[in-house]
Amino acid sequence: MLWLGVAYLAALGALFITAFWGQNDFTGEIEKAFTLDNFKTLFTVPVYRTITLRTLGIAALVTVVDALVAFPIAFFMAKVARPSVRRLLVIAVLMPLWASYLVKAYAWRGMLSASGPLAWLGWTPGYGKTGLIITLAYLWLPYMVLPVYAGLERVPDALLEASGDLGSSALGTIRRVVLPMAFPAFVAGSVFTFSLTLGDFIAVKIVGGPYQMLGNVVYDNVGAANNLPFAAAYATVPVVVMLLYLAAVRRTGALENL
Amino acid sequence: MNTSRGLRTVLLACTAAVLVFVYAPLALVVLNSFNSSKSFVWPPESLTLHWWHAAARSAGARSALVTSLEIAALATIVALALGTMAAMALSRYRFFGRDAVSLLVILPIALPGIVTGIALNNAFRTMLGVELGFFTIVVAHGTFCIVTVFNNVQARLRRLGTSMEEASADLGARTATTFRLVTFPMLRSALLAGALLAFGLSFDEIVVTTFTAGSDVQTLPIWIFANLFRPNQGPVVNVVAAVLVLVSAIPIYLAQKLSDTAGAPTAAP
Repeated sequence: MLWLGVAYLAALGALFITAFWGQNDFTGEIEKAFTLDNFKTLFTVPVYRTITLRTLGIAALVTVVDALVAFPIAFFMAKVARPSVRRLLVIAVLMPLWASYLVKAYAWRGMLSASGPLAWLGWTPGYGKTGLIITLAYLWLPYMVLPVYAGLERVPDALLEASGDLGSSALGTIRRVVLPMAFPAFVAGSVFTFSLTLGDFIAVKIVGGPYQMLGNVVYDNVGAANNLPFAAAYATVPVVVMLLYLAAVRRTGALENL
Repeated sequence: MNTSRGLRTVLLACTAAVLVFVYAPLALVVLNSFNSSKSFVWPPESLTLHWWHAAARSAGARSALVTSLEIAALATIVALALGTMAAMALSRYRFFGRDAVSLLVILPIALPGIVTGIALNNAFRTMLGVELGFFTIVVAHGTFCIVTVFNNVQARLRRLGTSMEEASADLGARTATTFRLVTFPMLRSALLAGALLAFGLSFDEIVVTTFTAGSDVQTLPIWIFANLFRPNQGPVVNVVAAVLVLVSAIPIYLAQKLSDTAGAPTAAP
């Protein structure tokens, strides 16, 4: 019954073992002998270090952008809008979640293009780092809005009124009451935005121009270079990062919000 | 909360801006499918239905669509069977390694798709010696779709409790009969919601598919991605994208109907 699950775990384990295999420089054949060369390459060759750090930086930026964009709309939905409006807004935010990932990335290719609507309005960042961050933030936005909305809904109205009665301004209430209580929800959302950005290579190809991220290196090593052991070694980086991240945020209680 | 008029206005403006940000790109895709310019010059000089005719005649797009539908249907069936059994086993019986299994089911979707992709690619090619193709895509999609069914069924089972099944057993029904007459009817809408999510997830998937598809099978996302950078195919790709945008309203409508009758479906992942 759990055959598929076991098979999947075996596949993951095998991947991990493959990461320690080498590749013959001359023939390109995979040599099944234990070696740490792949990991050595990973840490010593500057280009891979740069790409790892760059990918982490982009993931962090995308997460921050999503958190900033998500808060006002989630707050409006949870605390200000009337129930009927709220219901419509939830659907409006959910709807793009169902639209194809690829189509959404493609849509931004059109938005950013030199002859597209942004250029017509006056300015487009073009294909590259800025365009990529906008596109990724766009792609993962619902994954941030929904947990934050759920988190804000759980903040009791009475607390907000109490804060107001005690003389706090609305902004003060948001800063000192709402945000600390909603923090685990932001962390829950960030797990998605962070993890999804780490593994992405499709959007990078569509709107990133010449830009390379971790996923592209893995992809190129499986396909063109046919160096599966190195791809496997590099693919352990996002796994390790995510495990560390999950371990770090577990204490905030965010994982119960997933 | 005593929101001042000013704050309320700011929030309203932000909300409106986010909605524009969310829908403008999708609207652009739909509009561009009528744009007479081959390179989508904005604003469009004139509108045309030419690209829609061209897309309807495109054999590549059509066969990719059929492949995608077949794979999504098969993967959904696999996910339904395995996801239901896993959820039943976990919530109705206690056994060794129970917690580990629930983590295991979530793993394929919690890890970046690229990891799942090359893990399966490696397992198929170098360990099992299976030729990549239609079958390997179905297995791969089935693997990460299990979680949607599993989540929905497990949530439902937890809410239902076991009293109904016990009553059925007390009245003399065997396990299989109880499942058929008592458990299954109560699970039906949860199964539907899970299946809907699984189908959508599989239909849209590209990362894992890239690594498990081999060279001669093309799903629709793979076809779009392969033709995206060819200027000649641009308008046809855009029409396909526009169709997908419009079609994505269907699952929303279905999910909304489902949640009206029986609790909101648990969103993936």
